[in-house]
Amino acid sequence: MSFLKVDHVSKTFPVLDGPDKGQTFTVFKEVNFEIQQGEFLTMIGHSGCGKSTLLNIMAGFDEPSNGGVILDGNLITKPGLDRMVVFQSFALMPWLSTFENVRVAVKSAHPDWSPDRIKDWTQKYIDMMSLGGAESKKPAFLSGGMRQRVGLARAFAVEPKILLLDEPFAQIDALTRGAIQEELVRMWNATKSTVFMVTHDVDEAILLSDRIALMTNGPDAELAEIVEVNIPRPRSREELIDSKEYVELRSHILHFLVRGAKRQDSPPSEMHFSKKDMEVKGDNSSSEEKRQPA
Amino acid sequence: MSLVDKIKSFDYGPVFMSLGFFLVFILVWHGLTQQPDFDSTGLSENELMTMEFNGDIIQDDAGNYIYNPDKPIGIPGPAKVFDKTKSELKEIFHKKGTNDHGIGHLVWYTVKRFAIGFLAASIFAVVLGVIIGLNKKLFLALNPFIQTLKPISPLAWMPLLLYSVQDPTWTAILVVFMASLWPTVANTAFGVSTMRKDYLRVASLLEMGYFRRLFKVVLPAAAPAIVAGLRISFGSALVAVVPAEMLLGELGIGYLSWIEWNNLDISGVIFAIIVVGVVGVVLDYAFSRVAKLVTYPEM
Ligand SMILES: Nc1ncnc2c1ncn2[C@@H]1O[C@H](COP(=O)(O)OP(=O)(O)OP(=O)(O)O)[C@@H](O)[C@H]1O
Ligand SMILES: [Mg+2]
Repeated sequence: MSFLKVDHVSKTFPVLDGPDKGQTFTVFKEVNFEIQQGEFLTMIGHSGCGKSTLLNIMAGFDEPSNGGVILDGNLITKPGLDRMVVFQSFALMPWLSTFENVRVAVKSAHPDWSPDRIKDWTQKYIDMMSLGGAESKKPAFLSGGMRQRVGLARAFAVEPKILLLDEPFAQIDALTRGAIQEELVRMWNATKSTVFMVTHDVDEAILLSDRIALMTNGPDAELAEIVEVNIPRPRSREELIDSKEYVELRSHILHFLVRGAKRQDSPPSEMHFSKKDMEVKGDNSSSEEKRQPA
Repeated sequence: MSLVDKIKSFDYGPVFMSLGFFLVFILVWHGLTQQPDFDSTGLSENELMTMEFNGDIIQDDAGNYIYNPDKPIGIPGPAKVFDKTKSELKEIFHKKGTNDHGIGHLVWYTVKRFAIGFLAASIFAVVLGVIIGLNKKLFLALNPFIQTLKPISPLAWMPLLLYSVQDPTWTAILVVFMASLWPTVANTAFGVSTMRKDYLRVASLLEMGYFRRLFKVVLPAAAPAIVAGLRISFGSALVAVVPAEMLLGELGIGYLSWIEWNNLDISGVIFAIIVVGVVGVVLDYAFSRVAKLVTYPEM
């Protein structure tokens, strides 16, 4: 039994506008994948393929039209403390300070703890996310990077079974982004968390992930393949740039996206990844990539 | 910043401008209300005697006719209003008979009446606003009623209220209540219903119960909108309390202006107007101090 299983999930929405108003459209269909405990899995796909929708279903904010998500043996029906979401928009409470934003989560997760214990626990995660000194600041007075640090501290402090990150660094400037990405990896290591992340950023995906799931374009998007990132950790941005695996993986993913993120089911392509191939653990994606014309 | 720096860097321009405007206002007021000395040329002895008999003019020590300073003609000037203010402030807490209470008492009556009506209405309005703000169907169903009730002048309710409660004291409070109600209801419902979904999502992730969610998330998130509504209510209640007192004969600073009018004391009427303004400013300042505590910088 896998830790998290996304099982034949499809999502259909009513068309909100335009000539097809009143009809329905399928954002994605029959999405199947599993995440192992302690794994970092990232999903990449073009805008509109339903990444956020899928993440919302995993969070319990939204219901799948078909199929279901099972976390640690339980079918997900509503949001809960076993899954924490880190939002692209941060979703911090602007009326609370940094410290209070984290504390409110700790208190919710541990209603039986003494105020002192809640305080200590909160402080621990504030410090781990390098937020020391900003405890009493309101989010409005924090930079984007600092805000997302609060978002991450809040999520990690609850010690959820899985963290769901929806383009967490999209609104953060490139220089700060690198630092926070490193902190995320550090936290993920230290807490042995399981992470599902959605992103547009190929480099970010390779830097952080164990595996990367590629979605075809929506509507009717499908999970095309899951590639494994066989680059030893710790990974540093500098080393990555020259690493052969990195270059190959990056060009593979970019080709997939540039090709229009189409599913390569029918042969004559020399590049052929089927879902089945990719789900076999230890499958060496880089060896396949070598066959790809540069 | 040290106090000295603060004082040094403070821009005194507007203060001097304010003082300048005030001075100009007083001078113009003084000039416009200046009375020429009484001129008896061209008036017969008989006419003068009739005027003296009516109390319009009196004879001064030298035997010349002058205007009677106790019988006002036209609008009193600033000096007269200043004298009136001084004498009123001297007996600020006096009570002479049922209708002649010192200004301190009158302010207190009005503030009390205002506070009871406003606070009761605000609590009621916020609760109602949150309930309909959280329930979209209820919001749509009740919105036409709220939109219809909102523009009705609170004074329009007065006869009905007086008839229903049969008590002017309570009627005055209820008029304030009616005046404070709708802006807060409408704004609270709007603020709650347009609150960012993210906050509710975080609340549901944290498995907050109904009341924890209400007090930790919904109310703080809607606080800026609620305060904006309260502020409109506050102003409309302050406007309503003066005529309500006048019409109902309830002692207070609004009624003061009416009493002074009945006494034909125009200085007193102006004094009452000034007091209403000052009380309004002080209440508004207190309100904004409280409002600051619950609003937050938007992200
Ligand atoms: N509640 C909804 N009702 C109708 N259509 C919706 C709803 N939510 C999302 N959609 C549609 O579903 C599609 C997928 O949206 P989604 O936000 O999941 O895409 P995404 O992959 O996260 O895109 P992006 O990369 O831009 O964030 C879009 O076409 C969107 O318009
Ligand atoms: Mg998205």
